[in-house]
Amino acid sequence: MKFLPLVWAGLKRKKLRTALTFLSIFIAFMLFAFLGALKQALSGGVSMAGLDRLIVRHKVSLIQTLPQSYKTRIEGIAGVAAVCHQTWFGGIYQDPKNFFPNMPVEPAEFCAMFPEFVLSDAVKQAWLNTRTGAVVGRATANRFQWKIGDRIPLHAPIWGDPIGQSQWEFEIVGIYDGAKKGTDTSQMFFRYDYFEEARQREKGQVGWYTVRIADPDAASKIAAAIDQEFANSPYETKTEPEGAFAQGFAQQIGDIGSIVMAVVGAVFFTILLVAGNTMVQSVRERTEELGVLKAIGFSNLLVLLLVLIESCCIATLGGFSGLGVAWLIIASGNPIPSLLPVFILPTQTLASGAVLALALGLVAGALPAWQAMRLRIAEALRRGA
Amino acid sequence: MSAPSQPLVSIRNLTRTFTRGSEEVHVLTGLELAVNSGEFLALMGPSGSGKSTLLNLIGGLDRPTTGSLAIGDDQVDKLSDRQLAAWRARHIGFVFQFYNLLPALNAERNVELPLLLTGLNKAERRQHVAAAFEAVGLTHRAKHFPRTLSGGEQQRVGIARAIVTDPTLLLCDEPTGDLDRKSGDEILTLLQSLNREHGKTIIMVTHDPHASARASRTVYLDKGQLSTTPTA
Amino acid sequence: MQPNIYMSALTQLFSVAWYNLRSLPERKAAALTAAVGIAGVVGVLVGVLAIAEGFRRAMTASGAPDVAVVLRSGSDSEMTSGLERDATRTIADAPGVARNATGPLSSAELFVIINLPKRSTGTDANVPLRGVEQGAFDVRGNITMVAGRRFATGRNEVIVGAGAARAFAGLDIGKTIRVGQNDWQVVGIFTANGGLAESEIWTDTAVLQPAYHRTNSFQSVYVRLTSAAAFQEFKDNLTSDPKLNVKVLRLSDFYEEQSTAVTKFITTIGVFIATLMGLGALFGALNTMYSAVAGRTREIATLRALGFGAGVVVFSVLVESVLLSFAGGSLGASAAYLLFDGYRASTINWQSFSQVTFAFHVTPLLLAKAITFATLIGLIGGLFPALRAARLPIAAGLRES
Repeated sequence: MKFLPLVWAGLKRKKLRTALTFLSIFIAFMLFAFLGALKQALSGGVSMAGLDRLIVRHKVSLIQTLPQSYKTRIEGIAGVAAVCHQTWFGGIYQDPKNFFPNMPVEPAEFCAMFPEFVLSDAVKQAWLNTRTGAVVGRATANRFQWKIGDRIPLHAPIWGDPIGQSQWEFEIVGIYDGAKKGTDTSQMFFRYDYFEEARQREKGQVGWYTVRIADPDAASKIAAAIDQEFANSPYETKTEPEGAFAQGFAQQIGDIGSIVMAVVGAVFFTILLVAGNTMVQSVRERTEELGVLKAIGFSNLLVLLLVLIESCCIATLGGFSGLGVAWLIIASGNPIPSLLPVFILPTQTLASGAVLALALGLVAGALPAWQAMRLRIAEALRRGA
Repeated sequence: MSAPSQPLVSIRNLTRTFTRGSEEVHVLTGLELAVNSGEFLALMGPSGSGKSTLLNLIGGLDRPTTGSLAIGDDQVDKLSDRQLAAWRARHIGFVFQFYNLLPALNAERNVELPLLLTGLNKAERRQHVAAAFEAVGLTHRAKHFPRTLSGGEQQRVGIARAIVTDPTLLLCDEPTGDLDRKSGDEILTLLQSLNREHGKTIIMVTHDPHASARASRTVYLDKGQLSTTPTA
Repeated sequence: MQPNIYMSALTQLFSVAWYNLRSLPERKAAALTAAVGIAGVVGVLVGVLAIAEGFRRAMTASGAPDVAVVLRSGSDSEMTSGLERDATRTIADAPGVARNATGPLSSAELFVIINLPKRSTGTDANVPLRGVEQGAFDVRGNITMVAGRRFATGRNEVIVGAGAARAFAGLDIGKTIRVGQNDWQVVGIFTANGGLAESEIWTDTAVLQPAYHRTNSFQSVYVRLTSAAAFQEFKDNLTSDPKLNVKVLRLSDFYEEQSTAVTKFITTIGVFIATLMGLGALFGALNTMYSAVAGRTREIATLRALGFGAGVVVFSVLVESVLLSFAGGSLGASAAYLLFDGYRASTINWQSFSQVTFAFHVTPLLLAKAITFATLIGLIGGLFPALRAARLPIAAGLRES
């Protein structure tokens, strides 16, 4: 548009101030983006949870085990479509700080239950053919630079050494990717039969069950039925939808997560307050120039628009760059993979960030723009004289 | 060009009253003035007499409290704000004492400003701007920024901006007030030639008798009243 | 006598600075925004540091130097450790362990996790349930009953740490907790100097073991040593015993080990946030100060025309900037102290897989750090604008409006 040079002139007027304002907004939106990533990392399990899956665990606590024999009994309950189990292995690769989750599972049922872990048919077959075979997620594979065919030893403080061997050793038969953007690809899964045969303790016990149900709306009914089945037995269960289970975990981390976010939120708004004030000031200083434009014949509306466009320019440029750079940094890698298995910038954060940037521009520009519009030209011009 | 019998600017019974706090200040009272097309009118008077106020009213920068202001075919005092802006763009060119150039734009872009409000395309705007620069004799400084121009040059750019849309009326508020004698004279010569050779109607407010000597007619304003003779 | 018309440098300095500050009320809006901006940043910084400090305190407060803990060799937490009854006896009788009339000051313990709903959200959280022997109270040395009484041996009774009682539902005196097939009655609430034990529920090991099918096994042994210096002897003795396969730690070291994951998390995030915040605040401060200087170009030029030196101008701008940030910083720090100190929170410690309750802790050192941070921002934020003001060509400045 032909008025662009005017807007540009307004921005160029005090280059340093424009640059500093831009930088403040840039930082504020970078913070906002990281806040979004952190929130997703701490509570992402909830949004990624399967709507048609339930978790069955020992009623007293997750760290207690359940009998493997429960599988058939759960399958017999009305509304249950499929059942598979996992157990917390707690294996350590070289050093405790290299933590990643690893679990023994029954391969066929596991792959069917969790389609979000994408594996080719060839890999699935190889897994069935290799007793010590394991599949590992892309994130962990990249972290340690593992390839298919590598032999990975793990040390298991919980289970001790395997019978007949000096250490637990697994062969990587496949690397899985996530079907969706926020899928956790940090875990490693190996075969339950290898685990069961070689472990010294609690034989026949598993950690928890995942149950697929045919009708998601019947979730609470089926959950109650499962718990009823095992009530008053030595191993009582607690069943809940996968989302609720993840939510419970998020809330255990909970306080820290929400505190950090409140903190960052406060900073974000403070920085924006300062930037906004600067933008307001810069327009106020140009009362005279705006008066000249109106004297020349620029209509009130046009002057208002020019001011708004200018403030929106800084705000959106600063905001979008901040979001963009944050996105690049986040995409380049996870700084603490042992504590945050998933570290991505959710699209929702980007979208709301963009909207906020625009809103900032409009709000910061609104007040001075309104005043500029209502400016009495004679007064404006008289200030210089 | 309107018929000589019909003045270009016709002011009848014009008053302008300001409210300062609880006081009412009557700056102009029952003013009558007629300006013909092609005139170069100087408006003189002591400071505080309301010269600038009158100029602002004529230019549509301010509204009269009562009275009638007709310029050309337009009843200016009856126009709405939006209409006034458009009317100003079409009919008025301003020249200010302190030039009032936008510091972040170069001379060329400053002069182009009023043209942005017209429907002309880029090439046409360029043409008009070039013509304006030629008229004020500053083509060689068109790309410079105001801070690198002398006072006299800045004022010439201001004049170029004022004439670029070929307005009906040129209004100058103390155009030489901030200039030294030599530059001031150059400006006045320029204004005179615009008036005599190009037929531009000019109303100039000034307190400098040297400036008013260049005009074709001088009126004096004192205590809100006009007369043709200077007051002591 | 001739009046001395040349002011000394110092007097110049202060008179200009004072003049500067007196004109602040005219620039209220800008000054206020700058101060508020810094206040916000400082408040947040204090908050984050208070979390880290609070958590650290909870984890290490009760780690007395003359208390040691023994686990199975190779285990990284009590949960993965296992010790037989005979081993615990050997450990209790080792040299270096303090004794009183009844025997060695030691406690063989069991650590399990149960689920209880959090008061704040109603959702389940992992709560530590610890079986201890009667010696535990003497070993730890800082357990005080603030309500009710200690549990009786051989009975299904528990005492609850003050932090746990606050954070989880159903832990008032007289209430019963159902764990699996067993009921436990809450008979007392205890404090432990703000330390980790306050997040736990305690009961008699001998009663907990059969509930978890572990008649002869424990997970850890806590002992009080005759002195802090006796630790080395105690450790060497145990690690060289061929019948034992143990790992011996001072309690303080053990706690530190147990808190590394969460502490690292908070610190990493804290440092990152502080850096970004600092930058943001710096840009804001720079902006404000540049505006401040720009708005008073003519004043500054006039002062210089009158004969005040450039250094004086720099100083006056710096004084203003530093004072504003100091004021903002103090405001933010006070607000943070009032809002945050003592605020209770809890989070999951991944290493023990259970909740740790802690309180935000705002220490004087923390406040000092934060205010210094703010003042530093003010200093840097004012330096460049100040230099610009000093280098302004006087004549040009006089003309500017």
